[in-house]
Amino acid sequence: MSAVLNARHVVVAALLTILALLPLYTALTGNYFLLTLFTRIVILGMAATSLNLILGYGGMVSFGHAAYLGIGGYVVGILAKEGITSGFVQWPLALAISGLFALVIGALCLRTRGVYFIMITLAFSQMIYYVASSLAQYGGDDGLTINRRSQFIEPINLSNKTTFYYVCLIILVATIYLVWRLVNSRFGMVIQGARANDRRMRAIGFPTFRYRLVCFVIAGTLCGLSGVLIANHTDFVSPAMMHWTRSGDLIVMVVLGGMASSFGPLIGAVTLLLLEEVLSGVTEYWQIILGPLLLLVVLFARGGIDGLLEQAAAWRPVKVADPSAGLGHG
Amino acid sequence: MADALLQIEDLAKRFEGVVASDHIMLEVERGELHAVIGPNGAGKTTLIGQLAGEVAPDSGRIRFDGGDITALPVHRRSQLGLARSFQISSLFTEFTALDNAALAVQAHAGHSFRFWRNARAEHELREPARAALDRVGLGARADTLVSRLSHGEHRQLEIAMALATRPRMLLLDEPMAGMGPEESARMVRLLRELKRELTILLIEHDMEAVFALADRITVLVYGRVIASGRPAEIRANPEVREAYLGEQQVVAHG
Repeated sequence: MSAVLNARHVVVAALLTILALLPLYTALTGNYFLLTLFTRIVILGMAATSLNLILGYGGMVSFGHAAYLGIGGYVVGILAKEGITSGFVQWPLALAISGLFALVIGALCLRTRGVYFIMITLAFSQMIYYVASSLAQYGGDDGLTINRRSQFIEPINLSNKTTFYYVCLIILVATIYLVWRLVNSRFGMVIQGARANDRRMRAIGFPTFRYRLVCFVIAGTLCGLSGVLIANHTDFVSPAMMHWTRSGDLIVMVVLGGMASSFGPLIGAVTLLLLEEVLSGVTEYWQIILGPLLLLVVLFARGGIDGLLEQAAAWRPVKVADPSAGLGHG
Repeated sequence: MADALLQIEDLAKRFEGVVASDHIMLEVERGELHAVIGPNGAGKTTLIGQLAGEVAPDSGRIRFDGGDITALPVHRRSQLGLARSFQISSLFTEFTALDNAALAVQAHAGHSFRFWRNARAEHELREPARAALDRVGLGARADTLVSRLSHGEHRQLEIAMALATRPRMLLLDEPMAGMGPEESARMVRLLRELKRELTILLIEHDMEAVFALADRITVLVYGRVIASGRPAEIRANPEVREAYLGEQQVVAHG
């Protein structure tokens, strides 16, 4: 609420500064490893941000969100294979098709609740996974190499690693801003209200289904854009990018970073992927370390890392201003 | 009764052999406060559920302002001006009291496919919401999170949410449930004010409140209407006395 610098703001500002200046470090050292790693982190952070819109704000626990990564990616891959490499064709088409899939999947899934919703979104994503595996002319199980990245007009050359990184970063920041505007708009109030108490929402006159469906489509479309970026990043698409474990990774990022928080999914993506990078260098069984860590977050830090930062930020000013006001904080 | 706002005709509902609504006939006139009383398990909440659209009746018809609403979904009934409160407070606990009321205002301010402007900064939502809170006496608590409000304040907010939809009729399901005597008295005062502007169907266990407020009373026992009339008639009705014998003697006094 206040403009005072607190732990949360410092962490977010530091993170954004590091992300913005990373290419400088790469240019100085000539070490492209970090830039490649962080390009991936930024793209998946954006995918997690899109998932947060439905999962964190909307309470729709989709276990099939990676399907849109795949759909977006495959549109780019298939078009490239067919000789259409213009980004002005590829990208809008990828977004439209991702959105269309989300519309159909959402229209069916959103009629269910809780575990059923989770299972049906999972089932749909697995169906799409197997369809992609059976596309023999587009590589089937082995996937499809993309020979040429999406073409835009100069000076946007996605084959330049630094340019591509900045394109991804700008899209990520724009997505975070978009989601922030969305969730605080009238539309967002409906989405959040439906998460908290759908029965009451209907009782006060909201046809909640259509709002939740539109939210689901927006999230799917945004994730499709992440898929477009991933395909351009790896110059490759394969069914593996929409495997259910990928959907699981996205959920972990959101939960770890903080549900219903603007920067939570990005923080989660950075944390998870850096942990993966560091721990997998230490041991092959790095998930043995990650698992308990995640358990701790779920058990003791419901708001994820961002929630912890927020508590840390709230602690001191509250103590000084009004000792009784802090009692409600758990 | 030509001027009935709500007409319930032959409404029937069974749950696995239990008769919840046994061919209920009931009319609520424009401007009256009509109370429905009855012992526990009489089917009062099921009746509200059917009126609000959450429970589909097996047979019968519900008319609101002349139109048949029996098959309308919940949100459409709200749009027509039929607002309800819940027996167990059903609020948005992570939002402030003002946010809650503002959502109810928003529901009746056109569609909500507005994606950009900050809804919490929209005066056309916040002002009517604030007015609804003031009306029930929660004005000073507007910016408090609902999870930090007391039980009595939750009950007040229940009413404010219904009022914020600018209804023509209120369906109140035990608004005084769990309230202390002081809070109940305040609620009675509020309802007495509201009944001047709105038609109200009130379900309530607090007989003192019911007899103080109601223009007419309908008594429901095992889903069946056993009596309907002015408070004095109900008080004198032997069948009603029998139904309440051993449960609440308050019917006799007052």
